[in-house]
Formats: sequence, C-alpha cells, structure tokens
Amino acid sequence: MPDNAYEAIIGLEVHTHLMTRSKLFCGCSAGFGAGPNENVCPVCMGMPGVLPVLNRHAVELAIRTGLAAHCEIAPESIFARKSYFYPDLPKGYQISQYELPLCKGGYIELPAQSEGTEARRIRLTRIHMEEDAGKNIHESGASLVDFNRSGVPLVEIVSEPDIRSAEEAGAYLRELRSILRYIEASDGKMEEGGLRCDVNVSVRKRGASEFGVKTEIKNLNSFRFVEKAIEHEVARQIDILESGGRVAQETHLWDPVREMTRPMRSKEFANDYRYFPEPDLPPLRVTPDVVEAIKTSMPELPADQRARFVRDLGLTAYEAAVLTQDRDLAAYFETMLATGLKNHRTAANWVMTEVLRAINETARPLADAAPLAIESGELLKLVETGAISLNAAKTAFAAMCKSGKGADATVAELGLAQVSDESAIAAACDKVIAAEAAKVAEYRGGRDKLFGFFVGQVMKAMGGKGNPRVVNEILKRKLTA
Amino acid sequence: MINSIGPPGMRLSVMADSKISVEQVRHVARLARLELSAADEAALQANLSEILQYIDQLNRLDTSAVAPTAQVGEAGAPMREDVVANRPDPEAMLANAPARAGHLFKVPRIIE
Repeated sequence: MPDNAYEAIIGLEVHTHLMTRSKLFCGCSAGFGAGPNENVCPVCMGMPGVLPVLNRHAVELAIRTGLAAHCEIAPESIFARKSYFYPDLPKGYQISQYELPLCKGGYIELPAQSEGTEARRIRLTRIHMEEDAGKNIHESGASLVDFNRSGVPLVEIVSEPDIRSAEEAGAYLRELRSILRYIEASDGKMEEGGLRCDVNVSVRKRGASEFGVKTEIKNLNSFRFVEKAIEHEVARQIDILESGGRVAQETHLWDPVREMTRPMRSKEFANDYRYFPEPDLPPLRVTPDVVEAIKTSMPELPADQRARFVRDLGLTAYEAAVLTQDRDLAAYFETMLATGLKNHRTAANWVMTEVLRAINETARPLADAAPLAIESGELLKLVETGAISLNAAKTAFAAMCKSGKGADATVAELGLAQVSDESAIAAACDKVIAAEAAKVAEYRGGRDKLFGFFVGQVMKAMGGKGNPRVVNEILKRKLTA
Repeated sequence: MINSIGPPGMRLSVMADSKISVEQVRHVARLARLELSAADEAALQANLSEILQYIDQLNRLDTSAVAPTAQVGEAGAPMREDVVANRPDPEAMLANAPARAGHLFKVPRIIE
C-alpha cells in the first residue's frame, strides 16, 4: 500500500516489434515459429564485411507510430551503435538511434478509465528505431543462442515521467497497444515478445517539486507484471524513505514467481554503452511528402473513434473507451450498427457485456468466440421490433456462440419469439381475470400494486413469451373497464 | 600485442602531460574485454593521450558555422523493399561455431 502522503513518478520505455516481413537491415524473414537459426544470414549474424540496408517498410511503420502519437518526425535522424557484450548480440553492438531519433515529443491520450472520469495525456520524449537481439536459452552448464530475432525491427517508445500509478501505467500500455494495432504497426502480442516494457519509478512527498531517486525495472513482458512490479516498487521505496533510508539508484528485475523486484547483480560498467554514429548507415532522411503520404494513409485512431462514438452515436466516454480498446471490438460494434440498429447504446452495451463475456469465457479471439457481428445486429433488430425480448436475445446469443447458427434460425429453433398478437394476449388476460376474481375486485377497489401480480400471471399463462408492452396495455384496459 | 593506435605520422615527439589516466585505460579496456599487462597499459595511456592531443589540434579550427558531421555525402540512407530474400541455411551459419547443440550456438552459461 501506497501511502497517501507520497506520489509515484513513473516513466515507461516500451519496445515493440514492427510488423514487417523481413528484418530491419537484411532480407531474412522476421516471422515467428522457424527452427533455431533458420532466419539468419551474415548481416544479422554480425559477420565481418557485411553492410546493413534499411527496410523501407519498417521506416514507414515507425513514422506511422510517431504520427499516431502526435510526434514531430525528424527530417534527418541518425543511427548509432550501442556497444555492449552479450552472446545474443553478435556484432558487439546494437544498431539503435541515440542523439537524433526519428520521432520527438508527442503524447498518448488515455481514455476515461471509468464512468465519470476524464481523459489524460501522457507526454512522450521520443520514439526511435532499433534492431532486436537474439535469444538466449539457459541450460545447466551452458547457454544456447538462437539469432532468429536478431535484427528484427523494433521501435522504442519513451514516455516522460507523467504516469502516477500502476493502474495508469496499465491504461497507458493498453492504449498504446490499441494504437499500434489500429495502425497495423505491431500486433502487440506480449507473450511473443512483441511488446516489452522497462519501467522507471521514483516516489516523492506529495506536493514536492523535486523528483526522488529512481530505480529501473527491466524487461517486463505482461501488463499485469508491469502493474504488480510498480505497486511493489512504490511500496518498497516508501518503506525505505519512511524508515529514514535512501533509495539506491539501481536496476531491478521482476521476479514473477515471488511477485517482487530484486536488484540486478550490477556489473559496474553496465550502463556505459559508448554510443557513436553508425558509420555503415548514412543519415535517415525523410522528406515532407513522404510524411504527408503516410499521414493520408492513416486509419482512424482510437482517440478519434472514441470522440466520434460520443459525438455522433451518443455513447458515454467510458463506453467509447471500452469499445476502442481493441480495433476488432470497435469494428464489431460498427458492423452491428450497420444492420440498421437505432439504439446505439444498447448495441454498445451488448458488445461490452455479451460479446466481451464470450471472449473472456472462452479465452479465444473475438472471431472465434462470438457470432458474426451482423448476426448480433440482426438479433438486436429483433429486440427493437419487439419480436423477442432482450433476455431472449441473450439466450439466443449464448446458443449462437456455440452453434454458429444465425439469429433468425436460433430464435425459431429455441422458440424465443414473443407473442405480440393482441387476440392471444387478450385471451390470456381474460383467463387470468376470470380466475382471480377476488384480486380483481381488490385492484378495482384501489390496490394498484396488484397490477404487477396480474402481469406475472398473464406472462406465466403465456409461457413467458407475451410481449410485455402489449400485455401491459391490454391488461390495463381490461382491468379498468 | 598492442601497437601504437595513433594515426601514422602523428606521434608527437614530446609527450605533454597525460590526458588519460591509467584508471581510464583500465575502464576502457574492461569495456572492450581486453586483458592488459602493465606495459600494455602504459603504452595505451601514451597512445590514447596523443590521440586526444591531436584532437586538441583539430579543435583549434573554428567550426562554429559547421554542422556536426558523422557522414559525408549528400544521399540519405538507401532503402530496400520489405521482401524476404534469404533462405534458411542453419548448417552454413553454424559452420564456424566453436560449440553447438543442434542448430543452436552453445556458449558458456551466462547467468550464474
């Protein structure tokens, strides 16, 4: 527990794979799932005499990322060598960007996190391009190295220390992932290393203007770990300060098993990377017309879509935020509306409850977990026309998730259609009025509360399929007659 | 064996005071994973100091109107299309590996 007298100051460095077919500097496949060292060549193995050549698509995706985050795109940026020795880094340096990154400034807008809260902006320092390293597999007595990931294009997205809590860090990561997926720069799959995060954390007394000493937590690969690691680290630092100690500036690793951070065995020189301009790559020049062309090809971004959902469809900020967490979810919602639904908020809530539940219960992607959006739309149209009740629609939806059948067929098969036929409802009402003569007399004598009882009896007589609106109407007429 | 690493012909006849301490030599050597004898350290200290003195000489030029330049040539970085052009050949890639396990490179265990 974060003590209320303190506030946390958090900055995130997020690395994400760009979705290219080939690597950043060579023609090796950047795909997943190949056998060890199948997607490697002399360039990404760092053999002498080779030269890197930039992947144009990777540059475009990095620029898209920068534009989506409102960054300034540098007309000239340079690559630099970041030198360190590790077996997964065959050249002895990583090609990255240091002094002149491709994208500068910018911000990520966090949507409302619950009903009634406001959007918040997290400023970015920079976004730069770099190459990934290989992968070490540790065995007893030896480490084994696979270079398939070596040279895969990454962007590193560096935030300002604007984040104030573990939850906000989670919200930032979710929004970032959503943006990256909307613009098809990255699939954001953390489990495949597609999104990795380093966290800088310090705490200070609320109201203080100076930052405290920060620690860095490295290589977190799930949103949940990021949040837990921050919570743990904030509490640890507050404990140190409260007991009169000083926070040491050090690098920590998150231990997911024990759910705590621990200091990395610090190698004295770990942070001396001796960056210098990469002599093998001329400066990366990006002309305004290239930026303009990429700008015009950008899809609608989550923040813009949220604003449109609120403005044009009457959703609340929170409803819009939930739907735009995922591009597929938002598309599902819009396809539902395209079937001609009038009640946008009912459709939004349908996606937020029924569709999300189907995804969570099956732990499968949207396309596998739920019926086609168009069938969900047809189902809600049946509710709008009064053909079925909302509850019946939920029953039908659950069945459709399993059977894969359409809305009309499922409603017919399960006999969910409501009876709106006036003569059938009138007959049921007459039967109930005749059977409950004593209660009818009480009602007519002024016990209005009994009305609900009569509605219940009529619905029961009709097997629950009477259209409630019509039942109410006819019953009222007959009872007051 | 470490030889002079200064540019040929640039060795100064008289050593001015050392610009680089022996501690700095050790630091850089450690970063570069070099094991140096005491004689190597002394030689490198002299060499590196001379290089910095040469840089001092360059610094006498007024470059206030010149943009920092790491590369010459007007053209920006050439780019290639995003096409997979290499075919898997792990045997060739591992041909020079001192140790291997299947198609993986084998190195001394990294984490203790």
